[in-house]
Amino acid sequence: MKSLEELKAIREKMQNQIGLRNEAEANIRVVVGMATCGIASGARPVLNALSTAVQEKGLSNIVVTQTGCIGLCQFEPIVEITEADKEKVTYVKMTAEKALEVVEKHLVRGQIVKEYTIQNYIK
Amino acid sequence: MYRSHILVCGGTGCTSSGSQQILNALQTEIEKAGLKEEVAVVQTGCHGLCALGPIMLIYPEGTFYSMVNVDDIPEIVTEHLLKGRIVKRLLYNETVTEDGIKSLNETDFYKKQHRIALRNCGVINPENIDEYIGTRGYEALGKVLTEMTPDDVIQVLLDSGLRGRGGGGFPTGLKWKLAKGNDADQKYVCCNADEGDPGAFMDRSVLEGDPHVVLEAMAIAGYAIGATQGYIYVRAEYPIAVARLEIAIKQAREYGLLGNNIFGTDFSFDVGLRLGAGAFVCGEETALMTSIEGNRGEPRPRPPFPAQKGLFQKPTILNNVETYANIPQIILNGSEWFASMGTEKSKGTKVFALGGKIKNTGLVEIPMGTTLREVVEQIGGGIPNGKKFKAAQTGGPSGGCIPVEHFDIPIDYDNLISIGSMMGSGGLIVMDEDNCMVDIAKFFLEFTVDESCGKCTPCRIGTKRMLEILEKITKGNGTLEDLDKLEELCYYIKDNSLCGLGQTAPNPVLSTLRYFRDEYVAHVVDKKCPAGVCKSLLSYTIDADMCKGCTLCARTCPNNAIEGKVREPHVIIQDKCIKCGACMEKCKFGAISKK
Repeated sequence: MKSLEELKAIREKMQNQIGLRNEAEANIRVVVGMATCGIASGARPVLNALSTAVQEKGLSNIVVTQTGCIGLCQFEPIVEITEADKEKVTYVKMTAEKALEVVEKHLVRGQIVKEYTIQNYIK
Repeated sequence: MYRSHILVCGGTGCTSSGSQQILNALQTEIEKAGLKEEVAVVQTGCHGLCALGPIMLIYPEGTFYSMVNVDDIPEIVTEHLLKGRIVKRLLYNETVTEDGIKSLNETDFYKKQHRIALRNCGVINPENIDEYIGTRGYEALGKVLTEMTPDDVIQVLLDSGLRGRGGGGFPTGLKWKLAKGNDADQKYVCCNADEGDPGAFMDRSVLEGDPHVVLEAMAIAGYAIGATQGYIYVRAEYPIAVARLEIAIKQAREYGLLGNNIFGTDFSFDVGLRLGAGAFVCGEETALMTSIEGNRGEPRPRPPFPAQKGLFQKPTILNNVETYANIPQIILNGSEWFASMGTEKSKGTKVFALGGKIKNTGLVEIPMGTTLREVVEQIGGGIPNGKKFKAAQTGGPSGGCIPVEHFDIPIDYDNLISIGSMMGSGGLIVMDEDNCMVDIAKFFLEFTVDESCGKCTPCRIGTKRMLEILEKITKGNGTLEDLDKLEELCYYIKDNSLCGLGQTAPNPVLSTLRYFRDEYVAHVVDKKCPAGVCKSLLSYTIDADMCKGCTLCARTCPNNAIEGKVREPHVIIQDKCIKCGACMEKCKFGAISKK
């Protein structure tokens, strides 16, 4: 390493990863249902896609985590997004591809992807 | 990219309670569950709550599992990692509240802490330089080399008010300024990692948890004073610290962060390790340097001070591990940031190793000016078993005991000295009503007598005479004149010893004489040990009314000092009793008492 730029490149690469260990900054929680029903309907790839995308984009204020059965097994995989002072958004029947779309639209730009939300299914 | 990081403590405390086996089991189970690509297992340095080890933190949620057993690992993997269900029984009970689980940082243990020196301990993998760089590591060195002059660096340190964390509290910036002012063809930067105080382990934890911070700070020091070579003097009894330092030095050299032309500038600096054989006196600066030179570690008179003639007779600075651990942060965040914490004359934070009669034994870093009461009651969780606080011993053998009257004193360098103790390296040993203060003084004196290098008479012979008087007192043969003689010896040794070891050796005696003279008097006049510790002054007796004559005590006694017939009250023959207390422990009826 001969320059500060090289140091900076390593730092940026590592910061996104180590950011996972910093709970203090997080104010948005992305929770994936990972009970038997969730796992059976494919929650694992959803969780991994969300987690990877959030880290790659360096979204340090977001925590991607998992929970047990949410109680709506027929709608699994379910992803809930909670943000302070805002109503919880519940996405259902998720896939890895849909999850990436949610990261791009909801988490980066703040636009809820209405067609994937539970309201769109229960009418 | 991993979705979850599991941090397993690899500090000495948790390693000795089996964290390596846990780490291995975790890796096996994770592989078995097919989670190898999703979950990263990281071995970190000490997290602080050594009493609860082995500990484990799972991110991103920050779930804190304590006292983890190898048998718990399959459950953690299937429940927590696969299904997202927290294994409640392993949670640290203080993080469990009615509203759910709170973060570890919100518990009493961490809430009042402010981590600067320990900021990476328990957070990063100390054996991976990239993780250190990810927390802005080596950025301060880069900043110093490309944007600041050596005088700028020294000025920042002077303005920050940082004082030496090894004990004396000498202003770090001033030390560097003096060394820079002396011209020489070669200068040296040394790190004192020869932590020897009984009960202190903060330097070890920094070296184990964040070794690169010391290397970075030493390079900054080298640039500031004009040195190209550094030495870390670390005791060989710290094998984990030594191994991680070796890895860190190798990685830093590979990255060109140590060696020639760092960051493409004309500054070159390298660091070598020197292992100490664990002699307490080698923590004294001149003895340490004599030892690095390859000689027997004995102190030499000052002046000349190391800044003038230190290692190999060249200008040298020596700072303690914790002092160095603060420096990169001060460079990055500025002197005002650092000076905003702490008290008027003691800035920043101090790491303490909490030990003794306290619930949360472990490592804490608190802003200067925090009171002893806050440390003991809130951070430390108080005294176990409903016992009362009696004193806190700070500063190791160089320090003294702080009694309950000074419980609310804000801890800083000057306050501690004003009450007859000192900061020292930061060992903080809590004592309760079951501790005999004469015995404590004797304990520290035994240590000093063992560790005195023998070069100067006051320390070699004086401390031995003091110990003899203390032994006489604890055996019940002391007189009031002995107390006066003891005090006179204390002042004489303080004034006439060659180095810090001898000059401070009487402190435990002086401070206990000052605050607990009544206990000394009880030993001398009443021939009693109020705390029930000094064996010669105790006697065990059997209450005839309560004794059922079960014979258990007589069968337990190793010296056949108990007589009596079956189903009749037993009697202890005082001449034969060796006061081991085994009978009292065995008695099911509480018939045996000691006085």
